[in-house]
Parts: sequence; C-alpha cells; structure tokens
Amino acid sequence: MTILVLAEHENGAIAPATLNTVAAATKIGGDIHVLVAGQNVGAVGEAAAKIAGVAKVLVADNAAYAHQLPENVAPLLAELACGYSHVLAAATSNGKNILPRVAAQLDVDQISEIISVESADTFKRPIYAGNAIATVQSSAAIKVITVRATGFDAGAAEGGSAAIEVVSAAHDAGKSSFVNEELAKSDRPELTAAKIVVSGGRGMQNGDNFKHLYALADKLGAAVGASRAAVDAGFVPNDMQVGQTGKIVAPQLYIAVGISGAIQHLAGMKDSKVIVAINKDEEAPIFQVADYGLVADLFEAIPELEKLV
Amino acid sequence: MKVLVAIKRVVDYNVKVRVKADNSGVDLANVKMSMNPFCEIAVEEAVRLKEKGVATEIVVVSIGPTTAQEQLRTALALGADRAILVESAEELTSLAVAKLLKAVVDKEQPQLVILGKQAIDSDNNQTGQMLAALSGYAQGTFASKVEVSGDSVNVTREIDAGAQTVSLKLPAIVTTDLRLNEPRYASLPNIMKAKKKPLEVLTPDALGVSTSSTNKTLKVEAPAARSAGIKVKSVAELVEKLKNEAKVI
Repeated sequence: MTILVLAEHENGAIAPATLNTVAAATKIGGDIHVLVAGQNVGAVGEAAAKIAGVAKVLVADNAAYAHQLPENVAPLLAELACGYSHVLAAATSNGKNILPRVAAQLDVDQISEIISVESADTFKRPIYAGNAIATVQSSAAIKVITVRATGFDAGAAEGGSAAIEVVSAAHDAGKSSFVNEELAKSDRPELTAAKIVVSGGRGMQNGDNFKHLYALADKLGAAVGASRAAVDAGFVPNDMQVGQTGKIVAPQLYIAVGISGAIQHLAGMKDSKVIVAINKDEEAPIFQVADYGLVADLFEAIPELEKLV
Repeated sequence: MKVLVAIKRVVDYNVKVRVKADNSGVDLANVKMSMNPFCEIAVEEAVRLKEKGVATEIVVVSIGPTTAQEQLRTALALGADRAILVESAEELTSLAVAKLLKAVVDKEQPQLVILGKQAIDSDNNQTGQMLAALSGYAQGTFASKVEVSGDSVNVTREIDAGAQTVSLKLPAIVTTDLRLNEPRYASLPNIMKAKKKPLEVLTPDALGVSTSSTNKTLKVEAPAARSAGIKVKSVAELVEKLKNEAKVI
C-alpha cells in the first residue's frame, strides 16, 4: 500500500492540517508520499520532506496550480493517483474543494472528514452535525478520503528525510482563473490549531464588545471564534465561525461566551477537552455539554476572568 | 439563460436525531423533513438571478423518494418554473447523485447549476464538485457572492483564511454557503400556484445511470456522551477549577 497525501500550504509554508493528515495516513499503514502542488513551492517541498514518516515528496510547480484551482489540481491528482491505494487530503476548504473532483474523475465514492481509521478500508466519520458516527467501508481500488484534523494528533514536522521528485505534468483546463483574495489578518493563533479558544455569540451584542474577548484571548494565548449568530449579525468575519458549516475545533479549553449552544454550533466544538460556558440564561443548551458552567452577565464575568487568569 | 438548481429533502435542521437501537442508521420515522438549508439558499439565488433578468428559466431537480415532491413544490412556490424528480427509494451516495445530475444536465443544458455546499444529513460536501468533474465544468464552491457577466461568472468563495474570488467560464457549477443570501418565504398564493407548475418524474434507469457504490455503511452509533459538568458560582471559582482541577490554564 502506498498513500498519496495532498499537502495543504499557504504563503510558502506547510499548513498544520497536513501533519494531522500524515498522522491519519500513518494509521492506515504503508509508504506515504506527499504531493505539493502550487507555484514557487520549492521551499514547501523541502519542508514536506522533513515531515516524519514521509517517504517521498512530489513537487508540481506550475503557474496553473497557483491558488490551488480545482479545475487544474484535480486532474493532476487523478493522474498521479493511479498506483496509489489511498489519496488523502485535510478537510480544509481546499481539500473539500479539490478531493471530490478527484474522486469523481476516478469514478469512486469519497469518504469525507474521517475521525478515525479502523483498518485500511474502514473509517469512522460524523454525520447529522456530529449527532451520529458512521463506520464506512470502501471497496474502491483507490480510496479517496478527507481527514478531519481534530481527529488525529499532528505528527512531527521534523525528523524525516524524504526524497524530492519533480512532477512535470501541467494541467491547465483554462476554465477558471483567480481574481483576488481578501485574507483576514490576525496575530492570534490559528483557530483550528489553537490550544485554547474563546468564542462569542449573539450575547456579545455588537462587534465592538468582542474587544473583551480579544483581551481575554491575548492573556490566555487563545484564538477567538464565534457562533453563526455573531457572524450573521456582522460582529466578526465569517472565517471565525465555529460549527457544522464553519470550522471544527477541538482545543484543550473552549470558552463559550454568550452562545446558546445550537446543534450546529456544538458540531464544531463538542470534542474540546474542557468546555466552559458563560451565559446569563441558565436554561441555555450549552450548559448540557459544558464541564464548567457560569450563569452570569458576560460583561461583568469576562473582565473579571481576564484579571484573574 | 437556464439555471438548474438541485435540492435535497433532509431531516429538519432543528431536529435532534436519534440513532436506531440496532445501529443500522438514524431514526427518521415521524421526523419533520424539510428542504436542506443550503438548497434553500441555492433556490433563492436562482430566483434573484431571474429577478435581475440574468436567468430566464429555473429548473429545480431533486433525487430521492416520492415524498421529495413536497420540497420540489416548495421550490416552485419560491419561484422555480418547473421541477424534475429522479425517483429513487434507496439512499444514494454523492457520486451516484452527481451521475444522475449529470444526466439531467445533459438533457437540460443549463448555463449555471446551483447546489448547496453540503447536505446537513450526510455532511459530505461532495456532490457539486463531483458534478463539476463529471460535466467538465468549472466549480465555484462555498459561494458568498455570484455575479454573472457575459459568458463568465465571478464567484466569491468563503475559504479558511477569508474570501477568494474566482472567475469561471460558463457553463459552471456553484455551491452555496450560508452567507450568499437570506432565503425568502413562500406566500400562500404562490404555494397554490406552485401546485399547477409542471413536475416531471424520472428514474435512474430511464436516465441510464448506474447508482452502484463503492462505499458501505457498516454501522451508525451515537457519539460518546460527555460526562455531566458542574455549575460554578463565581469567576474566582471557575479560574480555580480550570487551574487546579482541569489544569488547562
């Protein structure tokens, strides 16, 4: 068995989710090859070769692969996939965008967002917003899988010394082009990789009040998230959304502030190790999953909490 | 131009589903069913394109049981012109659905196909991308803005780090994210009118599509329950617990 992992990278660096995906590949067993597709990705290829457990790195450096347009990257991946038993990618917006296209080209069903590997052909994945866990078996010759990063502990980024091979294949479908990108800037840890996450909901009342959460987060070294209600109300940008349709997090500590705890929000955070809920409504569903609940006005509790930690 | 919208009948998003005792699946008997929320957004976007004069006809398609006609009628009440049901009693994988949709695309020749980004039951997030691959069309997934101009469409996509805009040549596939629009409600007169709009029923056999699958669900279990937590009385107590009991700060 040989497994091909699509590397997730941005701004010339390997994204942390790649390490979780390699960890999932290690559980399946067999040689692990990593594909780095993009433009000017030489340094990314070198970083990928250092990941512990990786046997070979394929580097496809071509203008057509810039911005990871699926119309161009999927045919490359589908072409390379022949000869591999598994094709894996992180369940990031990129992985979700590209991999189903690859699966359809290979005429196999895909398994999305696995959270555990039972055997080389059997995997567990959440369905119904995490309210049920399905065990799925694949009989496909090439198993195409996306990996939920929070289901697997990240492997080591150093220690490997894989050979680097240049892939010259250039696929340019000419059907799509990149126009522009607006990336949210933040000095805080990345939401999906943070050890502590502080999230605010509708109870924050407005975007300005999120400054209380930012102050607390900075003191804890935490990332700041939000519920859909807070995003829809325009308090914060949508890349901060935690939930079924936003980001899935599983930090050591998740502090939910002014969040009622709808099914769709819980889907994104209920695998956190310790959950703290601060809400003035003691009937809020969030208290049913919280390890520590505090019924209080968040505008009094948060500044006090910031002082005490 | 013609716009094709794919919709799915799913368990209502407010229902907390229960896993069956024999672990064969979740219990959907006597549970409220609705149109998948992302599909509602897809229908709304198509209707807005028609109101802007960009779209001339909206065809809505669903693949599923006979009862999915209810959701197709809802879409017709919201502004779709006609509906197609590809009737299949069995649960189909995303690839099978994508193949059936490809057959409908071949038949209808739409310029734009709009789908939701994921169904809230299977949470797969695959069908739109697979349909794009099978049709050889470009894809604009997780769309928060769609602007058609001439023979291309600009799609602003929600990505992990913010937003990205891509330009796609038509025909193209778009999958909707939550913030694309706010779906409207169907009015009573429109619900009545929708009953008279055409609804064609097809079968996978008639479309010549095999729905066989390489995936098999072995069992469905309830997720591990979290142990009951405690309520603390003050911020000081909370900090003390987090430091000394949970040891997370």
